[in-house]
Order: sequence, then structure tokens, then C-alpha cells
Amino acid sequence: MVPDIYRIASRTEEFPGTCTLGITPHSGGRAGNFSAGQFNMLYAFGAGEVAISMSGSAQDGTYIHTIRSQGLATQALHRLREGEFLGVRGPFGSGWPMEQVAGRHLLIVAGGLGMAPLRPVIYSLLEGKTQPSSAQLFYGARRPQEMLYTGELQRWQQALKVVTTVDHAETEWPGQIGVITKPLGAATLDAENTVVFLCGPEVMMRFCIQVLLGKGVSADAIYLSMERNMKCAIGHCGHCQWGPNFICKDGPVFRYGDIRAWFDIRAL
Amino acid sequence: MQYSVLLATDLDRLIQALRAEGYQVMGPTLRDQAIIYDEIHSVAELPKGWGDEQEKAHYRLKQREDGAYFGYAAGPHSWKKFLQRPRRPVWRAQKSEDSLQIVAAVETVPAMAFLGVRSCELHAIATQDRVFTGDQYRNDSYSERRAKLFIVAVNCTTAAATCFCTSMHTGPQVTLPCDLEMTEVIDDAEHFFLLRSGSAGGERILQQLPLHAAAQRHHVLAQSAVSNAVRQMEQGPRNFDSSDLQALLYRNYDSVSWDQVADRCLSCANCTMACPTCFCSTVEDTTDLSGDHAERWERWDSCFTGDFSYISGGAVRADTRSRYRQWMTHKLATWYDQFGSSGCVGCGRCIAWCPVGIDITEEVQSIREAEKR
Repeated sequence: MVPDIYRIASRTEEFPGTCTLGITPHSGGRAGNFSAGQFNMLYAFGAGEVAISMSGSAQDGTYIHTIRSQGLATQALHRLREGEFLGVRGPFGSGWPMEQVAGRHLLIVAGGLGMAPLRPVIYSLLEGKTQPSSAQLFYGARRPQEMLYTGELQRWQQALKVVTTVDHAETEWPGQIGVITKPLGAATLDAENTVVFLCGPEVMMRFCIQVLLGKGVSADAIYLSMERNMKCAIGHCGHCQWGPNFICKDGPVFRYGDIRAWFDIRAL
Repeated sequence: MQYSVLLATDLDRLIQALRAEGYQVMGPTLRDQAIIYDEIHSVAELPKGWGDEQEKAHYRLKQREDGAYFGYAAGPHSWKKFLQRPRRPVWRAQKSEDSLQIVAAVETVPAMAFLGVRSCELHAIATQDRVFTGDQYRNDSYSERRAKLFIVAVNCTTAAATCFCTSMHTGPQVTLPCDLEMTEVIDDAEHFFLLRSGSAGGERILQQLPLHAAAQRHHVLAQSAVSNAVRQMEQGPRNFDSSDLQALLYRNYDSVSWDQVADRCLSCANCTMACPTCFCSTVEDTTDLSGDHAERWERWDSCFTGDFSYISGGAVRADTRSRYRQWMTHKLATWYDQFGSSGCVGCGRCIAWCPVGIDITEEVQSIREAEKR
């Protein structure tokens, strides 16, 4: 599978080392149709390919990707500027089960960069395409400076209640300090009528799930997005195996009730 | 099914018929004191009269007295290397001021004929077919090689001590589709192949050979030769009940057995390289000195390497315990969920080629025992 060529139409530095790219088709490909929760394989010329989740609205003919400069491929992607080119294969993988949301309480829980694959869900709420009975976002980051999409948070309040917390902060931070499980644990939930979309570091998801189960949310109402090394995204390279699952084609979004046996095994 | 007899003295006619049909014939040859699959041009290159002796971390060629052409068991290489290339170009990219171009690497794929594919190896090929061509996405390189492939399968009449296809229900009698199936028979008086075609292509080749009618005695001798291999395995050290492997391994992610095997395992990846079904690969992206041309290559990879499971923050499987567990559990358990069959065909290559003599069948036993304690 050869990547299509995309051009960088916009580039925003979210905070040092993390940027958001808006990319449009240059030759081949047609940005658009994807489900919230899916991902693309982004190719930086000569440096490599990396799986990056969809972070924009499914509608506007542009793919939006938020990238943290970390390894060789993401460093190269982070160096790209507006007008430059990259390769794109995708979209791949399963999305968030948006059909589960209508009429229920939607609880979105994001940790750090885990906010990126959840933003299309929030856009879907704002666009009125998905109508939960109510919605809440719990968003935790390491520091206030490392919080994504802060310029949009206010607008998001139209569609859902937003609770933010950071691990460390200076005195001027008005929000909460501490790990996300604290405000999550304090939240009032109609547990039986709640569906949860969860994405963040694995350890954070582990603890959030404990809190949620403790509050009576069913394992089958919790959906989470997993990350593993990925080379091909089409189930051939074997890298993203996780028990019997291939994260690339069976995930990255899984229902906790389906994978809890695997989630509890370390170094799987 | 129509069987015929081809005299061993006419075996070269088969090779020449395949070559005349345009096939690149791949078969067993002697190299580096092992049986290696490579291109062959005539019967002279076959390992006539050679067998082998195999055990844990042990492989030695042994001269046979009967002049058999196919009297050896699975060697270090499998047919995998011809279908899933160990290294292959995937695409080439070119960058200029105002554009980027990526073009798929074009391969000239030869039509190959494999001579001497054993039943376990047919199962291995079928297993890889499910990986590379059985789902939404196909591996084009593999698919094309596979589509053009002509298979001459050979029933096993001797088993190495490392063989356990009878336990995995993958042999030694060929049961999966192939183009030609043969059994080599040698007794005091004669040396012949009992063969049949399994496809139109196979039929076309048969028509070019100096065949003789198969009599009852030919069938009896052939059947008894294959029974010999069955008996060797059933009486051998690696005969076990594989029916509950998936459940056994799913129950035992925490077995103390994993710690014990990790103490011996070197994480060297030999077992994954020798395995005919292991399919994992990685990619290498490079640029030339001008910085304007880039290439992507795919090459075999192994779940025993540290890089394999690397994500931001470190390797998910940081120790040998988790890597061996992944390999063996994938092979014998999760493979069923993924592809509907076992990933192990019982060829024994991983046992012979493990430098410290780890034996997958013993590890199964060890997990079983640990569970009882």
C-alpha cells in the first residue's frame, strides 16, 4: 500500500514539541470519510511512518492530526512546515461507537495526548450529529502548558461540561491539581445510563476504569483506545498484537468488557 | 484418484518438464552441511542419499544407504523465504521543491515450482495464505508469488526426532491441495515415485512424463512408507495431545514456566526465523546522500527483539519472559482466534535450531505440570 501525498495546509504549535497539522490531498486520496477514533499512517519523507489518530471533524475535507515529537518519524513530522508534503495511508481501525451515545450520558475521559483521538467525538456533539442526554469531559494533563486545544475549551462548554486537572501547576492555574481519578471519583453519575470513552496512558486508563467500575458503570459501557507499535496498519506486520487482538484492525477502540482479560496482563 | 508410477531414474524428466513450462524450480540442495531450498536445474542437485539427524539444538546430515532423494526431514530454511521475501522493496519516494512522489516498487515475480513440499509445509503455506491474503488487505508481493506457484508435494516416509506433525494433525500424509503429490518408495527391487496430479497444471506436467500404471503393490509399498513416518513420530519423544493447547495457554499467562524458560532463552530470534509460519515484518526507511530519494524496505522481524514492541516510553515486552510467552502463546493459542488454526505445524525447526535447545513441546509439558502443582 503506497501512501497518498498530502500537503500541510495549516500548522499550529500546541506547546513546544507538539503540533497540530491540517493536511489536504495533493495527489491521490480524498480526505473526509472517517470515524472518530480511527487513525492514519503518516509518512515523513525518508524518516518513517507512524500511526496518528484523527483529531478533526469528519466533515471538512481536511485531516487534522496532533503530533508529539518523540521518535524519528514524529520528529520529522514535527519539523514539517506549511506547504510541505507528507504521505498518508488510511483511515484505519475501529472508531468510537457513536451509535451508543444517543440518549445516554456520555463521559469522555482524556489524559494528555489522549485528548487528540477524542476531539472528533466532541466535534460530533457540537455539530449536533450525536445527541447524548448529557455529556461531560474530564481532561487531565501534566501541566497547564501541556494542555491541548485550550483555545477551544470554552466553545466545548456549549456541548458538554468540562472538568480539567493537571498534575503540576503554578499558582495562577485556576483549575484542579492532581490526577484525573480524583474529580472523576467525585462526579455524580447515572451509572446505568452512562457510556464512557476513555483515552490516555495505559496506567491512567487502568485507574480510571477502577473508579468507573466502582461507581457502578458496566464494563460493557466503557470504551478505550489502545496504542501499540505499528508498522503496517493492515494486520500483516504482527507488531501491534495484543493477546488475540491486532490493535490496527480489531482496535484501536475496544470495549473494556471484551478485552478486560487482556488489559490486566502486564507486558502482553 | 488416478495414481501413476514414475521411476526414480526418470525423476529428472519431472524437473525438466517444470522448467520447460517456464517454472523456476526450487528444491532441496546440499549446502553448508544442511538441506537448503534453492533453485535447481537438474536431478543432480538433489540431496540423493542424504538424511539427517535432529534433536534439540542439533542438526547433522547423515548419509543414507538407500539413495533416497527425499529422505531428509525439515531443514533450517522453509519455503517461506520464496513467498514472503526476507527483504523486499516496498516503495520509492522522490522529493522536489514543490512535490513529493511515492511509487510502489515493481517486482518481477517469477513463476516458481516448489519440489518436495512436505505436508506440514503445505499447512504452513496455507497458514501464511490466511495472514497475507485472507483479510481485507492483501500483501501484493506474496499474493502474486503464491498465485503463480506450482507445488510438488512429497509425503514423508521418515521423520526426524524433532518432528511432531502427527500431534498437530498436519501430516505426514499430504491432505491439502497441491499440483502434484508423490511418495518416494525404495525397496530391495525398485526405487519409484507413486504420484498423482491435483490440478489441471499438474495433469499437464504428468502427460509429459514416462509414467507406468500403478499396481496394487505400489500403493501398498507407498502406504507402508508413510506409515513408517507416522510410527516413528507416535513412538517418538514428541507425541502429545494438542487438542487443549489454546485453553491451556490462555489459562497460564502467569505460569512459573515462563520464568524458567526465560532463564535459558537467549531471545536470539532463531525460532522465528526458522519457523515456516512466523510472518512478522518491519520496515526500513532510508534516504540517499542527496536527500531527495527515499526508499522503504520490508524485512522479516521477530517478536524476540527489543524494538519489536517499542512505543513511546519503552518496549512493552521488555524482558525475555514476555517475549517467549508472546511467541509461544501466539503460535499455539491466539493464532486460533486470529486465523482459525494453530500457528504451529509441528515441523520441529524451532527445536533443532534453538541454540540452547528449548523445545516447544517440552514447554507445553512444563506448563501443564506447573499447573498441576
